[in-house]
Amino acid sequence: MIEMRGICKTYRVRRREAGLGNAVKSLFSRTYTEIPALRDMTFTIPDGQIVGYIGPNGAGKSTTIKILSGILRPDSGDCTVNGLTPWADRKKHVARLGVVFGQRSQLWWDVPVMESFLLLKDIYRVPEGTFQGNLDRLTELLDLGDLLKTPARMLSLGQRMRCEIAAALLHGPEVLFLDEPTIGLDAVSKLKVRSFILEQNRLCGTTVLLTTHDMQDIDALCSRVLLIGKGRLLLDGDTALIRSTAGENLSTEESVADLYRRFGI
Amino acid sequence: MRKYLSFFKMRLMAGLQYRAAALAGLSTQFVWGGMEILIYRAFWLEHPERFPMGMEALAAYVWLQQAFLTFFALWNWEWEIIDSVRTGSVAYELVRPTDLYGMWMARSLAVRLSRGLLRALPVILLGVLLPAPWGLRLRVSPAVFALFLLSTALMLVVVCAFSLFVYALTFHMTDTNGVTVLSVAAADLLGGAIVPLPFLPEGLRQIAELSPFGAMQNVPLRIFGGDIAGADIPAAMGLQVFWAAVLIAGGYALMRAGLRRTVIAGG
Repeated sequence: MIEMRGICKTYRVRRREAGLGNAVKSLFSRTYTEIPALRDMTFTIPDGQIVGYIGPNGAGKSTTIKILSGILRPDSGDCTVNGLTPWADRKKHVARLGVVFGQRSQLWWDVPVMESFLLLKDIYRVPEGTFQGNLDRLTELLDLGDLLKTPARMLSLGQRMRCEIAAALLHGPEVLFLDEPTIGLDAVSKLKVRSFILEQNRLCGTTVLLTTHDMQDIDALCSRVLLIGKGRLLLDGDTALIRSTAGENLSTEESVADLYRRFGI
Repeated sequence: MRKYLSFFKMRLMAGLQYRAAALAGLSTQFVWGGMEILIYRAFWLEHPERFPMGMEALAAYVWLQQAFLTFFALWNWEWEIIDSVRTGSVAYELVRPTDLYGMWMARSLAVRLSRGLLRALPVILLGVLLPAPWGLRLRVSPAVFALFLLSTALMLVVVCAFSLFVYALTFHMTDTNGVTVLSVAAADLLGGAIVPLPFLPEGLRQIAELSPFGAMQNVPLRIFGGDIAGADIPAAMGLQVFWAAVLIAGGYALMRAGLRRTVIAGG
């Protein structure tokens, strides 16, 4: 169960006009602008749900994921994931968490994937039997096979993403955060990743929070969508609600674009 | 502990695969060591009585310095770590149930060890083949050799702890270039990289020997050659332990403070 109650986070950004004069001026007095990334964010996700977390760039999606992962400390508000406060109990919390950041690699780039996996086994203290079981299942479902012997830097994007997802699930986490897991993938890889996420959720009851700009991900995976903009939760419901809130006869993609316009975000 | 050991092992194995870099380094170290010996030889032949070290101790210093260069060369920074802090990708190491300081320490130790192990033997072999007093004499008592090994291990910890202190500083600055350049310059002079510390003028020498840089290559290399002997050995090694403790505690505190206020910008 993931709970966020009244989470606020504001970034302080230093700003100055371009030009030498202003550069000199900023030596003596600096102007900061406060950028609210999250304002009073509140939601609850029960166990075993797959939730899509959508919003335009800069809406606060990554900030939410970072707070939920224990990387970032909010200014105010409460948050618990399965009873733990992420930033306060970071180590205990992340031991039960799997995270995939589509834009970053968690694998060690110059060693074969399998070596990264074996290291993760030690880092998460996965018992031998559990590890072997998880590895076999992930290898089969994600079609890893020979990829395990390849150094991560030699993998194509789609191959690497499948390995990243496997790496995040080796320790059997209860909660999985996926930050744009299908970004840049070709059609075949996207379908593979999607069917795997569904399978994982069905078999293991893993709670999944997914951020994406790909509305087909949302259609294929999510029973529930949280739409945020400018740090606020704007809509909470299933894809049918999104379509019915937007104009008639629009695809999910068009509906979302329509909603962004309507909310002025 | 086990996870840090596994990580150390993996980085060590990965480091051993860089053969071309090792070969390139080796040839540099042969030539550099030979050049140094020739220069000191010229001084020594002129005024052997004014030499602050024995020529054999000096030759041992030069050859072991070249053999284990990567153990203590401070300029071997891990730019990947510095960059990860600068760009913010360090945050993603925090989604694992590990201690960042422990991981960085394991990684730094492994990288330095793996680079050194690939290069050390050929250089030592060359040193041994050279005639006295220009070569490396391996006639040391088992006790001295054991102390040399222990002191080398301490030196590695001091060097890595110093590097980690600088990496932790990166959390508090936009650019650490100034710190890295300055500390390399200080280590070259005060650590005995340019000339062994006995060659420094009185006053500066004492400062150097007490500084953290003096707790690096200075101690094991001079123990092996017999230049630091007897009661000076525990004193010098005590100082190594002291600096290791101070640098680890300081780096750890800096990192904690940095992580607490770190804001990772961008998606």
